[in-house]
Amino acid sequence: MPDLLLRGMLAGVVAGALAIGFASVFGEPAIERAIAFEERTAVSDEQAASHGHPVTEADAASTVARSVQRTVGLAAGMIGLGIAFGGIFAVLYAFARGRLGSMSDRGTALTVAVLAFVALYLVPFLKYPANPPAAGAAGTIQARTVAYLVMLLLSVLTTMGAVILQRRLVRGRGGWDASLIAAGGFGMAFAMGALLMPSFAEVPAGFPADVLWRFRIASVGTQLVLWLGIGLAFGMLTERAARADR
Amino acid sequence: MALAAPIAVSPAPSVAIPVREIVPWALFAAAIAFVLVYFIGFEQGAFSFVSSSYVHEFVHDARHLAGLPCH
Repeated sequence: MPDLLLRGMLAGVVAGALAIGFASVFGEPAIERAIAFEERTAVSDEQAASHGHPVTEADAASTVARSVQRTVGLAAGMIGLGIAFGGIFAVLYAFARGRLGSMSDRGTALTVAVLAFVALYLVPFLKYPANPPAAGAAGTIQARTVAYLVMLLLSVLTTMGAVILQRRLVRGRGGWDASLIAAGGFGMAFAMGALLMPSFAEVPAGFPADVLWRFRIASVGTQLVLWLGIGLAFGMLTERAARADR
Repeated sequence: MALAAPIAVSPAPSVAIPVREIVPWALFAAAIAFVLVYFIGFEQGAFSFVSSSYVHEFVHDARHLAGLPCH
């Protein structure tokens, strides 16, 4: 188990490094354009009111410069998330190994990574998608954070339920039927949750739609790189360790 | 040569790790991950223990791209 945890965190650093590259190339341009929009609207608001104190990223830049935010800050955040996700991944893998039927270690690693991506990111994202700067109202940060965390908890519980259900059904009904029933139940639970949870429509009028789209798809990509990177690197390291043992 | 070692490197059968053995590590990893994710994802957003906004602004871009509620 200590080996697994260390391997998970190592895979997390590798995946974090890949995610830095992806996020710099595909995420940063959208963030810059969102900040440019924020500053444009702040200036026109200011002119309209002839005074005022716009709260923009430019003000925030007095704390940490943009040049730091998009390089060192991004890198520190991604490596930190990589290590944290890698540790969580190692524990999930430890529970999953030998309990998901006849699956190889690398197959188990990839399966766990995909399930973790879906449960910890994709499902909450579908209800509460990632927003670039200027696309959320500062006043609702409390409510949005609580709603996001509730959705995350719901997602984790339904994913765990679906996996357990699939393992229970597989003996009697076979892999396909068991998986379809479990996935169907998962989808129903998610749909119910998404309908019942509050929605936040806060993207300001005039915010460029393509910037929003590019930012969100970059967010999905960044998380996908993180989780797939962890799963694949972990699987590779596991196989190498098994070969060394022999 | 009846007991010749297998030539192909077949993967060893996966043995399930007893839950009892995983739990302490799971708790430890969860605690560390919680602190890391909290500071990268949530500090100085909806919750704030450190005054100023330095933590938030430093990891600003990572937080947005990770899809977490930011300002």
